[in-house]
Amino acid sequence: MSAVMITRKVRKWEKLPGKNTFCCDGRVMMARQKGVFYLTLFLIVGTCSLFFAFECPYLSIHLSPAIPVFAIVLFLFVLAMLLRTSFSDPGVLPRALPEEATFIEMEIEAANGNVPAGQRPPPRIRNVQINGQIVKLKYCYTCKIFRPPRASHCSICDNCVDRFDHHCPWVGNCVGKRNYRYFYLFTLSLSLLTIYIFTFDIVHVVMRSVDSGFVKTLQDTPGTYPFKVLVCFFTLWSVVGLTGFHTYLISLNQTTNEDIKGSWSGKNRVQNPYSHKNMLKNCCEVLCGPAYPSVLDRRGLMQDNLPIPASAGLPAIQGNPVPQTTKTTAPLLPNEHTPDDTKPSISDSAIAHAEKRSPSPKEEKQSTLHKVLPIPISPPTPTKVPPLASPETDADASVIIPREKTL
Amino acid sequence: MAENHSLQDLRQQAAISAKVFIQRDYTNGTVCQFQTKFPSELENRIDKQQFEETVRTLNSLYAEAEKLGGSSYLEGCLACLTAYTIFLCMETHYEKVLKKIARFIREQNDKIYAPRGLLLTDPIERGLRVVEITIFEDRSLGR
Repeated sequence: MSAVMITRKVRKWEKLPGKNTFCCDGRVMMARQKGVFYLTLFLIVGTCSLFFAFECPYLSIHLSPAIPVFAIVLFLFVLAMLLRTSFSDPGVLPRALPEEATFIEMEIEAANGNVPAGQRPPPRIRNVQINGQIVKLKYCYTCKIFRPPRASHCSICDNCVDRFDHHCPWVGNCVGKRNYRYFYLFTLSLSLLTIYIFTFDIVHVVMRSVDSGFVKTLQDTPGTYPFKVLVCFFTLWSVVGLTGFHTYLISLNQTTNEDIKGSWSGKNRVQNPYSHKNMLKNCCEVLCGPAYPSVLDRRGLMQDNLPIPASAGLPAIQGNPVPQTTKTTAPLLPNEHTPDDTKPSISDSAIAHAEKRSPSPKEEKQSTLHKVLPIPISPPTPTKVPPLASPETDADASVIIPREKTL
Repeated sequence: MAENHSLQDLRQQAAISAKVFIQRDYTNGTVCQFQTKFPSELENRIDKQQFEETVRTLNSLYAEAEKLGGSSYLEGCLACLTAYTIFLCMETHYEKVLKKIARFIREQNDKIYAPRGLLLTDPIERGLRVVEITIFEDRSLGR
């Protein structure tokens, strides 16, 4: 049966595994559930619009025109930071290609030796010494890699993220190495904006009450106050608290994930090997360190081969070509999700948790387009070679992969 | 140009004999460093010193990219003041060094690795996890 190969160029983001949604031809990258993010946008834009519409005219005349100007600058900064956090790649680690995955598997089997039948193989852990401290690197069954230190797998986005902090439903994205500073600046500037609006709400009410009485003031500006006061009050306590918490984490160079798990809580004499032991230096590294590039290359082009057999019968499968990564291969061992793979975001409300697992209909449709095809691709099955390396920690770097013909 | 052509030919004509993956070295933390240990598969292909030199230079380039110092702080603060919009028109320091690294790997491939039937893959294409070295079949000795 002769087959015709149709080659077309696609952007790499179209072939990325994981549960992200992409917009603007790969420039924007977010999680699937975006409902809470829209709520965040609505609350911020709504509250500020009311402030600009109802209070700023009075305040700029009776106090100073600098007040609304500063509010606008702060508002724009908050929006910029929010969008930057939500739309950028948090530091996703690409999954291992089949050869790399096989190579790691062989290394693991060599290290484990012979496991008696019926007995469970030992957990896949690599011990690494970092700044004098032993750190355990866990193996990720989904991405088929040993996770680098501080990386963690987000089950909501189904990606391993470097320096994983938490998955934040309010920004609709994971917070990781690449967007942590934007997230922190977002919470910080939002705290300032909330305090600012709250303060000038009170100033406005007081000034008007002095002029015309409290009751009349409330009658003159109906509706806006209950909404704004409520939003500001709750935002104040939650966002300011969150900012304080993250300031504490940054000064110790810890992530939320590590804090929750108590990785460096001090028991067993374990200390944080990443901390510079100097608060200022820690802050500088996290907030003013180099801007890490994305390793995903979402907008790169790649060849996509669509085999169309000459004898028709195959349904049109445009948009679902054969993926190149380990997405289609069955896991070589049962897919074990350790309990600490799911990372709830700290101090986020229960509403967010309830929304976590339910994709909207539109996203559901999109997810089926990215689903795995029934075309099976088995990884190149290596012939058994006797273990070359003696089981040792991270030091050994190579194992021969038996002969395979590739393009 | 001619050298690129020969690399293409190499990739298309030669069969891949094996792949070696140089792993990351985490002893100094999460900075991007690769292990300099010489893999045994390359023993009859390339000098140990040559290989170690390549990896050491790569490590020093990545260290330069991730260096915490006056210039990186300045870049960070300036970017923050412009709400990071400056990155829409300006290249970050890290991206500049990545281009340097890409150039370095191309040169190494052209001058040293391709004539020996080897091919270095830029680590950025593997998520900065490994340096992948493809070993091609040693067909012709008189290339």
